[in-house]
Amino acid sequence: MAQIFHPSANTLARVSILGGAFAALGAVGVTYLIISSPYQTDVDVVKDQPIPFSHEHHVNGLGIDCRYCHGSVEESYFAGMPPTYTCMSCHSQIWTDAPMLAPVRESLALDRPIEWNRIHDVPDYAYFNHSIHVKKGVGCYSCHGQVDQMPLAWKEESMNMGWCLECHRNPEKHLRPREEIYNLNWSVAADQEAVRDFVQREADAETYQSLTADDYVSQEELGYLLAAMYEVPTLGHDTPMTNCAVCHR
Amino acid sequence: MREPHHAPKRTPLNLSALRSRLDGASGPQYWRGLEQLSESEEFLRYVQREFPEQADTWDDPASRRQFLRLMAASLALAGVSGCAFSPPERIVPYVKAPEEMVQGKPLFFATSMKGLDGDAVGLLVESQEGRPIKIEGNAQHPASPACLPSITPETAASDADRFEMSSAVGATDIFAQAELLTLYDPDRSQSVLRNGRPSTWDDFQEAMLDQFEARMAKGSGEGLRILTGTVTSPTLADQINRLTEALPGARWHQYEPVNRDNARLGAIRAFGRDLEPVYDLEQADRILSLDADFLYFGPGHLVHARGYADRRDPEHPKGLNRLYSVECNLSVTGSKADHRLPLPASRIKDFALALARQLGVEGLPEVSSELSEEARSWIGPVARDFTEHKGTSLVIAGQGQPPVVHALAHVMNEVLGNVGQTVSYIEPIAARPVDQSQDLIELVDDLKSGKIDMLVMLGVNPVYDAPVDLGFREALVNDKVLRIHSGIYLDETGELCQWHIPEAHFLEAWGDGRAFDGIATLAQPLIAPLYGGRSPMEVVAALQATRNPEGRALLEQYWGGRLAEGVESPSDDPGFQKRWRKFLHDGVIPDTRAEVVEVSSRGAGELATAEDFQATGEGGLELVLAPDPTIYDGRFANNAWLQECPKPVTKLTWDNALMVPASLVEEESGGALSGLEMGDMVGLTVGTVTLNVPIFVMPGHADGAVTLHLGYGRLRAGRVGDGTGFNAYDLRSSDAPWIIPGVSLNATGQSYELASTQLQRSIEGRDLIREATLEQYRANPDFAHAGHHVSARHGEETPSLYPSYDYSADRGEGWNGYPGYAWGMTVDLNRCVGCAACIVACQAENNIPVVGKREVKRGRIMHWMEVDRYFAIEDRDAPKHTLGNPKVAFQPRFCMHCEKAPCEPVCPVGATVHDHEGLNNMVYNRCVGTRYCSNNCPYKVRHFNFLKYSKIELEDTSLSSGVTPLVLLHNPDVTVRSRGVMEKCTYCVQRIYEGKIQSELEGRRVRDGEIVTACQSACPTRALVFGDLNDETSQVTRLKKSPRNYGMLAEELNTRPRTTYLARVTNPNPEIATA
Repeated sequence: MAQIFHPSANTLARVSILGGAFAALGAVGVTYLIISSPYQTDVDVVKDQPIPFSHEHHVNGLGIDCRYCHGSVEESYFAGMPPTYTCMSCHSQIWTDAPMLAPVRESLALDRPIEWNRIHDVPDYAYFNHSIHVKKGVGCYSCHGQVDQMPLAWKEESMNMGWCLECHRNPEKHLRPREEIYNLNWSVAADQEAVRDFVQREADAETYQSLTADDYVSQEELGYLLAAMYEVPTLGHDTPMTNCAVCHR
Repeated sequence: MREPHHAPKRTPLNLSALRSRLDGASGPQYWRGLEQLSESEEFLRYVQREFPEQADTWDDPASRRQFLRLMAASLALAGVSGCAFSPPERIVPYVKAPEEMVQGKPLFFATSMKGLDGDAVGLLVESQEGRPIKIEGNAQHPASPACLPSITPETAASDADRFEMSSAVGATDIFAQAELLTLYDPDRSQSVLRNGRPSTWDDFQEAMLDQFEARMAKGSGEGLRILTGTVTSPTLADQINRLTEALPGARWHQYEPVNRDNARLGAIRAFGRDLEPVYDLEQADRILSLDADFLYFGPGHLVHARGYADRRDPEHPKGLNRLYSVECNLSVTGSKADHRLPLPASRIKDFALALARQLGVEGLPEVSSELSEEARSWIGPVARDFTEHKGTSLVIAGQGQPPVVHALAHVMNEVLGNVGQTVSYIEPIAARPVDQSQDLIELVDDLKSGKIDMLVMLGVNPVYDAPVDLGFREALVNDKVLRIHSGIYLDETGELCQWHIPEAHFLEAWGDGRAFDGIATLAQPLIAPLYGGRSPMEVVAALQATRNPEGRALLEQYWGGRLAEGVESPSDDPGFQKRWRKFLHDGVIPDTRAEVVEVSSRGAGELATAEDFQATGEGGLELVLAPDPTIYDGRFANNAWLQECPKPVTKLTWDNALMVPASLVEEESGGALSGLEMGDMVGLTVGTVTLNVPIFVMPGHADGAVTLHLGYGRLRAGRVGDGTGFNAYDLRSSDAPWIIPGVSLNATGQSYELASTQLQRSIEGRDLIREATLEQYRANPDFAHAGHHVSARHGEETPSLYPSYDYSADRGEGWNGYPGYAWGMTVDLNRCVGCAACIVACQAENNIPVVGKREVKRGRIMHWMEVDRYFAIEDRDAPKHTLGNPKVAFQPRFCMHCEKAPCEPVCPVGATVHDHEGLNNMVYNRCVGTRYCSNNCPYKVRHFNFLKYSKIELEDTSLSSGVTPLVLLHNPDVTVRSRGVMEKCTYCVQRIYEGKIQSELEGRRVRDGEIVTACQSACPTRALVFGDLNDETSQVTRLKKSPRNYGMLAEELNTRPRTTYLARVTNPNPEIATA
């Protein structure tokens, strides 16, 4: 009987087995790259809006507080979106004829809401609550980034589950004094002096001594102090804050 | 072509073998159905297999269509999408934010619904961004007792420390809970119709204006008739009265198929006038129900259930009450009775007579010789027991009983000195109490004799539910009559009318009514009418030529005229608007409770005569009609939540069936039905009419009678209700609306599939229900733990092979000494009356889908909360077998949140995991549907989405706009589950986190009672208590320390369930041989 396979078939077999393994790994890798890329996560993707509302202008330029528009952030799961009346409280006085603002005036005149394109969209099976995060010392910046530098808003973080868990396990890396929640430019390094004053004011002398021993209060040092003050567990992987029902109901 | 689906082969019941099993039984034995008792193959299938009959409907086009049809009104579009890109979403803010609203937070509004008897029931409705999504009771309303102890109507309003919602929430029943689905029902009538064609409200107003002016010109309202149900609304009644005054000759009729005619005539017999009793069950040590299901039906039944349950606490200072029930079919109340005597409905009057004579009521006729020996043996002991409790006893007569029984009950209460103590009398709460049967007869007579040229029917459906002998349909369809119908649905009556006006749901309309105690109750809309519905008030205003009437204006006008002080019009009284707002906020108008009327009974001659007790016929079989426990008189036929809610006693869903006593089908009885089994069709003949119905062998049903529930067999109910069950109205005549003597039954040889859940998810041969008599409890308070080889009391650690969960992070060792929570629950079997309010409340709160009859039959019902009904052999030493009159026990069963949960280690993907608060979390988005957890759950409380019950996109349910209104129904705080996902009770984890977050925002711990689960808040008897076990002072901890506390299967399996039961203590009369 004639030989069915040519000797080169051995090589082919080896190459294809190896190649198959690489291809499988590659497929996993490519999938990972895709799902973690802005294509899927929408991070850094600027979305068109019916009105080119600039946070940069209103927050940085005019100094309007976040809560002027997102008024339920301290009470509700939802930070709140401003009703047309909120826009018109200023724009009935200034820029009353700006063509850019025509949709706002139209909304008021026709009693028809402005439909904004959602930027931060958490899946329907995850329940995020703004009020408790703000209460526990998580600033706007930690999730939304430097909103005051965004002419049109974009998403700063992936907001996937791993990203959430990272902070739920080690919140000390992100906590800040409640007074600084809405301060988008606050950081331990930039506001070191104020941070030390804060520690002196809030902690006992011994803690103050130990935290300022090296003349610098780090984010972690401040974070642990704040966690104790605000009753936030800092237990790494043992934390109750990663119980499934915390986010999934 | 697939094989047609075959019903599983059933083994005929061999009742004599069954009896011998009973006779030889040792120890108390609880069973769910006769199949279990006889260990039939069918039952074993249910025990041994998780889901019987795994045939895949989804591939079978015929059954798929069937499924879709049944599902139509209970499905919605939104759902979890696992591995798909989420579609871009929009944020749509308000143009102008509503007052007092915080975006994302629910608002609660007090309103009220028209209860089953026309009485107003106060409600508190949760609104999420303008959508009503959950109905609760209003604790400030007298008809809805507060769900938390220590909260009374007064403190709910004033206690500043307790501002949580839970303190304002009161109990509800299944009907109130399910009204939410009716609101969003896509089958509701959606357009004004004229001769079946779409028309407009303006056209209708125009037509009514012409009518009104023509009549005004004539100066007479002759020929104009209005037919309504029982009206307690002062505003509506005032409107109709003014209309009939303006148009003399016009007449207002009232008719509801389930009415209080018997009670009315009974009161007239006893007192010479129509009065309504108001019961105070908390004061009653001894209660006798004469065929009255007062724990489940009737005005004020939630308050009655609460009063009864409060006195079932062995620790109550006044002691345990004792309930006797004399009834025909086994009811909820009969199930809870300490002593129950089954008697044919027509013989209950003899019992009442014998008892009244024994109690010393004079001038009564002789007792008929037909009263059974057993019944006679009751008279002496019951009379003695009641005489010893003068002033603290109570006799209640049922709706279906003839007037003489009501009269005897009144007189017995008077003789026993109960009037003013456990029962008081008020003027009827109906605005115009009438004999409704007579009222309808007069209407039909006038229709037939051509005296009527315009008939307005508001929210009634007489074509379906009028007595069949009146020939209402034939009389109505008459060229001379202008027929106008207003209803939530375009029903059997609506489709025969020239004008049909869609009625606004009570959540869409302004209204008012009177509660069972007479207090005036307001209703305010939570949402603009979804389908342009109009309230009855608006329709009547249109009849009076009021242009574009507004419910609110009509309501304020009426009440303003009464409540504004010293001024002509309410607008002149600046204080009125302020007070009015407060009334709307509270839902009730204070100081409007009906005044108690002093009564004294008339002479005995007026009360009862010998004719009242004459035997009806030759002692043949009698048919008893009764309102259905879930769809009532048929008005809820299109409500899938109620259709699928297992009926409390039979556990039947989606159908009615003829309840027959076991003796009728006994093989040795030799009767027409001997050898028949559940679901076999019989011909039920009344006079010349024969109705084919399936039978349901009902343990405890009186011999010599059969019972059929009203409300089924609708032809124009909607997609859900059409074609379910059998129409009992076909057999109902005006002279015998409740008890029909001399009926005959014959076997037809056919059979019908009934979907009863009574055997599903059975747990075999364990000590699930623990029960003792009061005497035994006093002798051994620890009875619930006796006879177990290990002890599993609260707080005791028993050795286990499973490692313990590490709670240290929450026990104050990890962070800041802040102890965490340990959630737990108790279910008091003494309090639970099995009313199923918890089931529907859970369904509404947790977005639980409806699965349809076929799927129920397959054991795929999705209810997280189930209430098992067990029959029990009460006393094995009793001389007689107990099949004819078994003891009954109810046991709610839902996820136990075990410390050592058998489901957790077997999940390959970690989709069901323990958490730091002791909850057994179910993570839907991790679940891949292996169902190992369900296989390993000894409590059988896990439910699997075999199909996309919640997600099937149905063109059928969508409106012209392309969306189904049912998406609005969903609770946004709970994930909607999809196919292939396991689900189960979460202890309402969304409410837990809401409460926790609120407490942390306020910098405090969660207060005891701040978080209530949906089942707990609905429960009329406070049988369910939820709370923190780490809090030594919490109510749940206190109850867990009770000696009655035990865990289901806790000793056998050492699962350490967080949900535990409080064993039942009964209070039998030692003088009555247990029968």
